[in-house]
Amino acid sequence: MQVQLKVNGRASTIDVAPNTLLVQALRENLKLTGTHVGCDTAQCGACTVLLNGRAIKSCNTLAVQHNGAEITTIEGLAQPDGTMHPMQAAFKECHGLQCGFCTPGMVMSSVDLCKNHPKASEGEIRELLEGNLCRCTGYQNIVKAVKQGQAAMASA
Amino acid sequence: MGASDFSNLPHIGESVRRKEDYRFLTGAGNYTDDINLANQRVAVFVRSPHAHAVIKSIDVAAAEAMPGVAKVFTGKDVEGKMGGLPCGWLITSTDGTPMKEPPHPILAQGKVRYVGDHVAMVVADTLEQAKNAAEAVVVDYDVLPAVVSVSDAAKATALHDAAPDNHCYKWAIGDKAQVDAAFAKAAHITKLDLTNNRLVPNAMEPRAAIGSYNRASDEYTLYVSNQNPHVERLLMTAFVLGLPEHKVRVIAPDVGGGFGSKIYLYAEDVALTWAAKQLNCSIKWTADRSEAFLSDAHGRDHVSHAEMAMDKDGKFLAMRVHTDANLGAYLSTFSTAVPTILYATLLAGQYTCPQIYVEVDAWFTNTAPVDAYRGAGRPEATYLLERLVTKCGWELGLGQDEIRKRNFINSWPYQTPVALQYDVGDYLGCMTKAEDMADVKGFAARKAASAAKGLKRGIGYSSYIEACGIAPSNIAGALGARAGLFECGEIRVHPTGSVTVFTGSHSHGQGHETTFAQVVAARLGIPVENVDVVHGDTGRVPFGMGTYGSRSISVGGAAIMRALDKIETKAKKIAAHLMEASDADVEFANGEFTVKGTDKKVPFGQVALTAYVPHNYPLDKLEPGLNETAFYDPTNFTFPAGTYICEVEIDPATGVTRVDRFTAVDDFGAIINPMIVEGQVHGGLVQGIGQALMENCVYDPDTGQLLTGSFMDYAMPRADDFPQFNIGTVCTPCTHNPLGTKGCGEAGAIGSPPAVINAVLDALKDLGVNEFDMPASPSRVWEAIQSAKA
Repeated sequence: MQVQLKVNGRASTIDVAPNTLLVQALRENLKLTGTHVGCDTAQCGACTVLLNGRAIKSCNTLAVQHNGAEITTIEGLAQPDGTMHPMQAAFKECHGLQCGFCTPGMVMSSVDLCKNHPKASEGEIRELLEGNLCRCTGYQNIVKAVKQGQAAMASA
Repeated sequence: MGASDFSNLPHIGESVRRKEDYRFLTGAGNYTDDINLANQRVAVFVRSPHAHAVIKSIDVAAAEAMPGVAKVFTGKDVEGKMGGLPCGWLITSTDGTPMKEPPHPILAQGKVRYVGDHVAMVVADTLEQAKNAAEAVVVDYDVLPAVVSVSDAAKATALHDAAPDNHCYKWAIGDKAQVDAAFAKAAHITKLDLTNNRLVPNAMEPRAAIGSYNRASDEYTLYVSNQNPHVERLLMTAFVLGLPEHKVRVIAPDVGGGFGSKIYLYAEDVALTWAAKQLNCSIKWTADRSEAFLSDAHGRDHVSHAEMAMDKDGKFLAMRVHTDANLGAYLSTFSTAVPTILYATLLAGQYTCPQIYVEVDAWFTNTAPVDAYRGAGRPEATYLLERLVTKCGWELGLGQDEIRKRNFINSWPYQTPVALQYDVGDYLGCMTKAEDMADVKGFAARKAASAAKGLKRGIGYSSYIEACGIAPSNIAGALGARAGLFECGEIRVHPTGSVTVFTGSHSHGQGHETTFAQVVAARLGIPVENVDVVHGDTGRVPFGMGTYGSRSISVGGAAIMRALDKIETKAKKIAAHLMEASDADVEFANGEFTVKGTDKKVPFGQVALTAYVPHNYPLDKLEPGLNETAFYDPTNFTFPAGTYICEVEIDPATGVTRVDRFTAVDDFGAIINPMIVEGQVHGGLVQGIGQALMENCVYDPDTGQLLTGSFMDYAMPRADDFPQFNIGTVCTPCTHNPLGTKGCGEAGAIGSPPAVINAVLDALKDLGVNEFDMPASPSRVWEAIQSAKA
């Protein structure tokens, strides 16, 4: 089946099977391997992307459900010249990542979190990150990064 | 260069932001599943649905006839063509016999021994084709009774002919007669039974591998999510496939966490590599999470009884311990060393206990193999000892601090009765600092405030020690290690003075690309940006033992220091020639070579250029080039230690246990990058507190089915399960490596579980709860409270 998607600002038409997950379409058809698969029960959030501006788990939805959608993946977050988005920069500055595997999903969730909850407290940030698992960082520096990214996004 | 000089160099002790982060943050990481090779097929493994069964027949005809299927490999295809997976550590039983070492086949040979055991490998053009074909493989099983726990293992149906009572070994350390004599004279004896719950490592990147073969050169390449590619290659070529090493390249690209579970040579890695030649193609396999739960090596799973003999003042006289360790269905690569060498030798802890006797029985069960998981033996030792020490104190009416103070080692070096010699430490200093940071003085007020809300507050101490950078090789060899434990580093200075470092250590989150670059930049007086670190590729790195046991900086970093010594020695000769001075008069500091007592100087970059453009060069005495390799074999373990203090608040009506405050003070010796070290501590704490509060791997005792086989069933720690950790350090530099470092990767996971459970027990003491096994999930805490009432 043909699906039209606008991914990271670029329109594509891809040919997928009806049971192709959105994350498979991104990774395999569009070769955007920054979006990761860390589980098979929609628990870990490594596959989080922005779909029409909202964070979703791309492992839990079919590509064919999203004809005409606009998607932003981790590859589309930085500026065209490579300058990182304030949230990406905050993760680097605060050491909010170690192995990097959960990071794309964590950053995409955090961008969405801060857009929708620009004043979230530390406790609220922790709750709002419930859908993203990280096994390396112990979350402390992720929370710190989200706070910093939140401030940077607010002033941008 | 000595450790104290080194610590004063620029970039050392600086929280340099990580060089690797840009690629991870922009989606440009390169993990195994992100790689696609030409002529690539996909593999899916048919796994046993039974915990224990005889395979009566396998029919692959229907599967092989399905679209896109290249081949279905079964046990018959590999039988006689390769060895089984080797175990890297030989343990000798107390009666002098070697451990039982049954075959660990690449694909099942007539029998399956745990749910997830690999029965067949289906190779097809696409993942969907391979999955569909795997469904069509018909395996006829004759189901046998299964056993999952160590306490039932001796009486259960034998898994292996080689171990009729499912017993792998009985191992002991210490002087039993002396210990028994000390117990006979004791004023007080404290006894404790406890279970160290089984865990699933769950690195966020599931295991993945691509086996590849080039017929023209007869060379194999294996891309694999692995922590030690050279060890993987050595084990696979020398012990399983009988291939020459120079024909096999193992690449561990970006690896999404390991925590021990990616140290090992797994059957999938071998099967893919071997089959790549049979089908003359590349074959990719990526575990899904359910498969990872079933087939990754698990951690912990000990059942122990411990006793401490004390004099009337609470001074430890002797300790005896018996532990039953679950090894799972087969011996994973380093499984046998975990409940012995890496466990019992740590049971002296931070204390002057003159006599210790430890006996370990290791058992086969119908569960996934158990091997090293973050801490590996040391968390089990710490959990046992720190629970026991706290209980000793309570039984004698002493506080958790007082019982520790009365028994702390306070002079070094210290020879324990269980083989290790601690080089240096400051155990009281760590505890005192932790008590200050934790505001222990304010605990009573906080407890009263909790009580006013109907909540129970408790405080728990844990003073851990660990042994890192396992070595020296000759001693480890005498203890049964079948591999060397050194590390290798190569420094390649380029003509313009930038540097590429090749290290046998592997980074899967630890930040080697930054920390190691800091070490080199500091020594050579060049910017950190001018140093790149290469790891994880047997085709580029001379050799290596990889990353495990918090060894990277202390062993891998020390190898780099040795290579830098050689670079400096040679560069000084080149500089001496340029400055027309004697070699002995040349000094090197801040990136400049100078001649003692003169104002002559040449910068490092000029020396580098001269080494590669040797027009004005002592060619009669010195080879051109500036490229040095060193191997470093440590003379002792390093001994990070510290004290952790946890406060929990429990709602007795629901059993919900919240960690309210957690303070960790660690002595890691010298620290290169504090930001990275703190990150390691945070991560370790969450895994350790995770074990104590929520994580628990459960097999059904009747069927051997894994009941906690997904993130829906196995409670993974999430961001809102924790407070902000309060962490600090004390520094007594390691005395025997050139960096003064000790390692920080595992401490958090080692020290934290007993701090949490001691706090839980402290909170519930006045409700009559005296014993509690991890995890402190709401239902288990609530049940403990109810049973104490009954």
